[in-house]
Amino acid sequence: MTMSEGDLAVTEIAFVRKAQLEQQPPPPHMTGAWGWARENLLSTPFNIALTIIVVLLLLWIIPDLVKFLLLDAVWTGADRDACREVVQHREIGACWPFVWERLPYFIYGSYPIPDRWRVDIFFAMLAAGVFWMLWINASRRDIGALYFFLVLPICSYVLLHGFEAIGLEVVDTVLWGGVLVTIVVASVGIVVSLPLGILLALGRRSPMPTVKLFSTIFIEFVRGVPLVTVLFMASVMLPLFVPEQYEPDKLLRALIGIALFASAYMAEVVRAGLQAIPKGQFEGAMAMGLRYWQMTRLIILPQALKITIPNIVNTYIGLFKDTTLVFIVGIFDLLRTIEVARIDPKWAAPVTSTTGYAVAAIFYLVFCYGMSRYARAMEARLATGDRH
Amino acid sequence: MSTDQTTGVSPARVAFYNDPKIRSIIYQVVLCAFVALLFVGATFNAIDHLRRAHIASGFGFWDQTAGFDISQTLISYSAQVSTYGRAFWVGLINTLLVAGLGIIFATILGFTIGISRLSKNWLLSKFATGYVETIRNLPLLLQLLFWYNAVLKALPEMRDSIAIPGGTFLNNRGLFLPSPVFLYGFSAVVVALVVGVIAAIAFYIWARKRQERTGQQAPVFLVTLALVIGLPFVVLALKGFPLSFDYPQAGRFNISGGLEVLPEFAALLFGLSIYTAAFIAEVVRAGITSVSRGQAEAAYSLGLKPRPTLRLIVVPQAMRVILPPLTSQYLNLTKNSTLAVAIGYPDLVQVFTGTVLNQTGQAVEVVAITMLVYLTISLTTSFLMNLYNRRVALVER
Repeated sequence: MTMSEGDLAVTEIAFVRKAQLEQQPPPPHMTGAWGWARENLLSTPFNIALTIIVVLLLLWIIPDLVKFLLLDAVWTGADRDACREVVQHREIGACWPFVWERLPYFIYGSYPIPDRWRVDIFFAMLAAGVFWMLWINASRRDIGALYFFLVLPICSYVLLHGFEAIGLEVVDTVLWGGVLVTIVVASVGIVVSLPLGILLALGRRSPMPTVKLFSTIFIEFVRGVPLVTVLFMASVMLPLFVPEQYEPDKLLRALIGIALFASAYMAEVVRAGLQAIPKGQFEGAMAMGLRYWQMTRLIILPQALKITIPNIVNTYIGLFKDTTLVFIVGIFDLLRTIEVARIDPKWAAPVTSTTGYAVAAIFYLVFCYGMSRYARAMEARLATGDRH
Repeated sequence: MSTDQTTGVSPARVAFYNDPKIRSIIYQVVLCAFVALLFVGATFNAIDHLRRAHIASGFGFWDQTAGFDISQTLISYSAQVSTYGRAFWVGLINTLLVAGLGIIFATILGFTIGISRLSKNWLLSKFATGYVETIRNLPLLLQLLFWYNAVLKALPEMRDSIAIPGGTFLNNRGLFLPSPVFLYGFSAVVVALVVGVIAAIAFYIWARKRQERTGQQAPVFLVTLALVIGLPFVVLALKGFPLSFDYPQAGRFNISGGLEVLPEFAALLFGLSIYTAAFIAEVVRAGITSVSRGQAEAAYSLGLKPRPTLRLIVVPQAMRVILPPLTSQYLNLTKNSTLAVAIGYPDLVQVFTGTVLNQTGQAVEVVAITMLVYLTISLTTSFLMNLYNRRVALVER
């Protein structure tokens, strides 16, 4: 108490506080872990019920998942007997030796073993290119784009398919498989769909009626039908439409289907970006005397593409997942190799299928989640850029 | 330019190839010629190929006998007498069945998850986020294969069927439910249901008009419930329950009677609903967050309670944002149902583009018909959506 007896005597008023009270700490049940839980988990009876339900759900899912993937998993073994409950007399989780033995098949398919270094170089070159393109602060990204959209496709073709003149034996695409095919299909989709998508988007906004008509028809047609039917069309109708001597092989047909499909979706994403550019930018560029392509290349596209980067990456995530559909037209992508491996009698056990799918799930989850994190980071970055 | 006009001197003549109008015409002619060339070339090649393979082009195959069985037929179909055309309809109906049910389940699950993500309950919102992030980042095909091969095919065999109370059996050949048998007099219940629905709509219109006139509210929800569910039930009871169930009988190798749900169908329905729900959840979340907080705050300050605020202020505005992407998710679900071909559910693609194409070799016709079906569905839906959008779009400036 800071007040003295004298003060009270002078004023005779019951009580007047002259100094501010020290701020009191919040009640103990409002702070710390318990306070947080009260606020966020147990605020109302309904909330308590929700919390209990979610906890029960988690208790149902997570222990089983951990048990399957780690605790009950089999880590060593030579064949299916290691992963069978009847033989081991215990609960069996994931069968990792099966994955371990089949890993080269999951990655390279039936690509000839002595030539697999070529695939490794391709992976390395692709990783370098992707890194160059995605890292916004990297220097000379123009060269990076040239590398990614021109040098890389040619080098990859020479490396993977082979080129007799420089001593690389030709490897038929029938032998390609696994992650290699998944990555090839996805990269071809990515590399082709962006330029083609930009052209289609520009075409759809063109003042020339026929250009606009053809672009619109193509985009709406492809977006209106399922990818499976596009792939069917590419694999059974395309061979009919070209002269016999130029008949594309199976993988190329699927690649064409995927590339056309992705382009139509990319076109709509780019068109949304183009629509967001204010009219003044076009008029300003034209007033400066720029030609159409100069205007597009120097003024419009840099701005439009910048704001669409998150959406472009999201389209790529969709494309990456959609590559699994080549499975249906008989291409050996990762999922198909897993389907083949899981019914192999050597490893046939009740847990083999689930183990195989777990591997595929982890692969796709890592890639897609990584891409979506990147898209979100870009979005945040672009949002701050706009404020200045 | 202005000096030219004032002095009356015409601008210097430009070469014709620099005239934008002429240029644009030249470009378009070149493009048209290119497209035409592509088409003509493709047609000639196709005719040449078909002649060499001795395949008669045309739609004559439509009336030929199909000669193959389909595992799920909602309309009568038999391998011996039914035609390829009939097989097409069977496939189309199967597609529509799985898509329709998938849309219902995906909407329920998607709205639940989407609202959960915005919940104040930390655990619930994190759980919903986890669901969305995991499911969205896994390919649908992988999920379908998992449900089909790793879950449903791993169920016990026929003779060790899991018996679920209520006369239901579950095994790796499917789910066997009791099927309802409608006895004489059940049609009165159907009539009661129709009457109830019409009466509920009429009551809703009357209640709204009265509220607009007098401000008095009517218990619309309770009355609707009573009319749509209560009325048919009362009629059912009055008629002495003219409804019995055909229970599946478990035999040694087979289960007879009852309603059989194929594992392929269950896997596809599961996979599609769970996958699309993750996308719908995001759509719903984006829609609700798009309504600015000020709207709800203004409603509260006008004296509206939380529930009417949600119903009258927030939801109508959110729906305007939610509906267009929601429709495109429905279309995606319908298009994704073509993945049935990977697990053997007899949808349009599996039956028609798969089996019929292989048997007849009529690649061009079969693929064209399939695409036309999906294109019709897509374009009709987006046309209706555009109409709706034009009606609800905010009129600005």
